Amino acid sequence: MDKLGSHISHQFEEELQDIRTQVMSMGGLVEKQLADAIISLTDQNIELAELVTESDYKVNAMEVSIDEQCTQILARRQPTASDLRLVIAVIKTITDLERIGDESERVARMALQFAETNGDKKMLMGILHLGEHVREMLHGALDAFARMDTEAAVSVALADSKADQEYERILRECMTYMMEDPRTIPMVINIMWSARALERIGDRSRNICEYVIYLVKGKDVRHTRFGQE
Amino acid sequence: MSEVTNKMDPSGAPRTHGINMGAIDRSSASSLEENPEIALEVKDLNLFYAEKQALHNVNLLIPRKRVTAFIGPSGCGKSTLLRCFNRMNDLVDNVKIDGQISLDEDDIYAKSMNVAELRRRVGMVFQKPNPFPKSIYENVAYGLRLLGVKDKRRIDEAVEKSLRRAAIWDEVKDRLQDNALGLSGGQQQRLVIARAIAIEPEVLLLDEPASALDPISTLKIEELISELKKDYTIVIVTHNMQQAARVSDYTAFMYMGELIEYGDTNTLFTNPSQKKTEDYITGRYG
Repeated sequence: MDKLGSHISHQFEEELQDIRTQVMSMGGLVEKQLADAIISLTDQNIELAELVTESDYKVNAMEVSIDEQCTQILARRQPTASDLRLVIAVIKTITDLERIGDESERVARMALQFAETNGDKKMLMGILHLGEHVREMLHGALDAFARMDTEAAVSVALADSKADQEYERILRECMTYMMEDPRTIPMVINIMWSARALERIGDRSRNICEYVIYLVKGKDVRHTRFGQE
Repeated sequence: MSEVTNKMDPSGAPRTHGINMGAIDRSSASSLEENPEIALEVKDLNLFYAEKQALHNVNLLIPRKRVTAFIGPSGCGKSTLLRCFNRMNDLVDNVKIDGQISLDEDDIYAKSMNVAELRRRVGMVFQKPNPFPKSIYENVAYGLRLLGVKDKRRIDEAVEKSLRRAAIWDEVKDRLQDNALGLSGGQQQRLVIARAIAIEPEVLLLDEPASALDPISTLKIEELISELKKDYTIVIVTHNMQQAARVSDYTAFMYMGELIEYGDTNTLFTNPSQKKTEDYITGRYG
């Protein structure tokens, strides 16, 4: 790892480096999926939405492959201390990344349905904001992972509450639309599902930040309040 | 050697100490216990082989009925420290020791300490199994006979009990009169452990007890260690870090004669507080 000397075993060093690199490329793929899904929804771009739903298998395959490599490292190297924490953090991070991929795919499916129903774009303003916010969170989380930057991880994790607030706001807005005109209900439900998916992406980005803190400091900060450390 | 300064607690209550020696991250959630009872206490220990200093100002508390492992690279002083606990270093020429080691409040380097009695209380097992060229039975009975036990029935009982505790009884019960040298390496090592516990020591020192054994015998010894800690305080020196991680409750990492870090094994192997420890256990150059 960056902050430590190098291993006596170069092979081991390379294996650890390799899983980190692969997490980054998996992260890049998921980030692209999310960005494309948001654009496909707000611009009603059907081709892009289909691209997102079709590319999910790549993310799934990466999850399986990285998991396999982590298992092999555990079995063959019996890592300790920071090496052990790296492998554990990677296993958990890729699970969340894969789920973020799934949520992005869900948003893309909603985009397809939204386009079919020819919805009012005005309704998408909230989604646009929330989408942009969680996209930044995911980017920040991956960046913190790459640089092992715990301060950045904390600030990204704290940003999750803004995503929660935004989500609540969208729900209230959706309810107003539905009460005003029941004919919008099918469309509004799509928006609610998308908002829900994006809100979950915020949660999962926060999880990744928590793994970064565990990896660097050895502290498990799950289910604790950030900022009170 | 410093003067005998045994400090009995006037209240008579068992003396307890936090295992935290300063180098340990107290915030760790995995601390086994706050105040284990202490069997051995090392205070400001310095040891010289002629001019060369092998131990530098070591301070350490070893909890009773727990397994404490010493790890570190070759020549870091872990075996030297282990041998201080039953004064095996007395047998080496030109050794100078200062500081204090107490076993249950008794200064083991006090002039009044009977070394033979000390070694009865602090048994030791070495890397290579070293049974006497006698029968299996006689190997275990030997210590008792030295202590003057003559009652055949009492010796029989002690031999069986020790062999059972050392998890070797079932393998040798039908051939107790056979020569011990006919046993396999792993069996010999368990026999030697049976011999060590036959005289009811308080502390068992194990110096690389499994490094000459195959993986199955090694696991048997490790299994035995976790059984024996119910009755004895165990201190083990090992080169095999996974072994230390598997068998010990507390681990001390030593480097160039200094105690770098000492703490509960779970913490030391997942989140050590010292960079030297981290580098050593992860296999890095510092």
